[in-house]
Amino acid sequence: MNFETTIGLEVHVELKTNSKMFSPSPVAYGAEPNTNTNIIDFGFPGVLPSVNKGGYRLGVMVALALNAEIEKHTHFDRKNYFYPDNPKAYQLTQHEKPLGHDGWLEVEVNGEKKKIGIEELHVEEDAGKNTHHGNSSYVDLNRQGTPLVEIVSKADMHTPDEAYAYLEKLRQIVQFTGASDVKMEEGSMRVDTNISITPIGSDKLGTKVELKNLNSFNYVRMGLAYEQKRQAAILKNGGTIGQETRRFDEKTGETVLMRVKSGADDYRYFPEPDLPAFNIDPAWIKEIKDSLPEPAENRRYRYINELGIPEYDAGVLTDTKEMSDFFDETVSYKANPKLVSNWLMGEVNGYLNEKKVGLLDTKLTPEHLAKMINLISDGTISSKIAKKVFQETISNGTEPEGWVKEKGMVQESDPAVLKPMIVDVLDNNQQSIDDFKNGKDRAVGFLIGQIMKKTRGQANPKVVNKILMEELNSR
Amino acid sequence: MISKEEVLHVAELANLKFKDDEVDGFVSQLDDIVTMASQLSTVDTEGVEPTYHMSDTTTVFRADEGKHTQTREELLENVPEVQDNLIKVPSIVDKEDGE
Repeated sequence: MNFETTIGLEVHVELKTNSKMFSPSPVAYGAEPNTNTNIIDFGFPGVLPSVNKGGYRLGVMVALALNAEIEKHTHFDRKNYFYPDNPKAYQLTQHEKPLGHDGWLEVEVNGEKKKIGIEELHVEEDAGKNTHHGNSSYVDLNRQGTPLVEIVSKADMHTPDEAYAYLEKLRQIVQFTGASDVKMEEGSMRVDTNISITPIGSDKLGTKVELKNLNSFNYVRMGLAYEQKRQAAILKNGGTIGQETRRFDEKTGETVLMRVKSGADDYRYFPEPDLPAFNIDPAWIKEIKDSLPEPAENRRYRYINELGIPEYDAGVLTDTKEMSDFFDETVSYKANPKLVSNWLMGEVNGYLNEKKVGLLDTKLTPEHLAKMINLISDGTISSKIAKKVFQETISNGTEPEGWVKEKGMVQESDPAVLKPMIVDVLDNNQQSIDDFKNGKDRAVGFLIGQIMKKTRGQANPKVVNKILMEELNSR
Repeated sequence: MISKEEVLHVAELANLKFKDDEVDGFVSQLDDIVTMASQLSTVDTEGVEPTYHMSDTTTVFRADEGKHTQTREELLENVPEVQDNLIKVPSIVDKEDGE
């Protein structure tokens, strides 16, 4: 018996705002417990929510970047449940009229392009954070109320690889809008998946199993692959799949039963009476659409076709928005794009990997990188000196032009200065000239060494080489 | 007709616990309420837009500016048990993701 797999993904993305979705408390990471909270986050009686325009705007940005239709008339709903990380006992969300619907993105799996549909997107609030010790749990409400956009895919995926490709693409698209950091490891992107299998040819969908605790895209892929096998084995043995929630175990690569679902969840949604209905102005949607940053796809195309960057390099440069923005800005300072690309992919990435930091954690600025590259291009410094300049500017934020001058690192390229020195060296090394005439090329290396010594390593090797050969051949 | 099971289910969702003899009273009371309210469904609402809000105001946004309005000390004053500035509650590990 062969089976067909159906996968749907629900992705929560934290939106980068200054304040919470329904309260003016600040949003900031790593703050002291319960400092970024107020009476609304604590669910005090009689408090009233208000809708963050910036949060809604970011949600619309994400929806537009995913080709979704924006809902013009919407309202918020209460999702009721009891849990200590949300003291008011309901979550504000958009259940009935989500912010956007019917979007899509395109993935490429094994060389084949495929559109994956997005059912809907809605904004809602995050809950607080719980920690557990002994017989007690401890709640920090700083995260309570943080804006989220939940992106619900259509059940359009049929392999774990497609799910992986969808997540990669989704992360990239959202990241390039600037609406979120979308980092799985920091919790600003969270993934839940549904998977069912059914015998090929059957017109009935299989029973949905929900997977949780998927902390990386790779775990999503592994968890789904495990579920395919587990469910197939059960069906082959004549068993039935239970409607359940399972947790992915990172140590074993297996999924473990968390709980069996008994009937549908009963959240008793109803329209939030403390917030008015919202009409989303088409002019505002257009303004947001026009202000969307250039997506990764377009940047990649531009790098390859307008700047002559090799395809692979263009892919690396557009992997993250921060790298791509950095590249664009450096090039805007009139540095050669190919050289900028080489530096970013080579020395800069090497530095980031070695120090285990992000590009924006360093002191390197696009302006300094451009200046340094231009110093190499115009022959002011040698590529050997450039490495020193690079270390200095990325570690200390030093301005390259001034530093190079101050440290006497400027390369000597003036033939009028170099020629007398070269003549002098030759006059004192008749033996080497004889060796050269007798075909011993090694003599040239020795002579260049002597010249470099005399100029304390600052002579431009290209210029030296040219003058030296002219001199040798004329003797 | 509202059943006893439905009443108990709603009570559980609302985090309320009742003695057995209290429940029967609620069954008949809730049944009366639902019967009365269900008269509304006899009105023909074909083609009528749902009313989500009684208010005439729509689309009230707040600017995205973070500000502190209460101190942590003020907020934690009403919390029954505080430890290291965290709200201490009975263990919820077993119910994790049970919401």
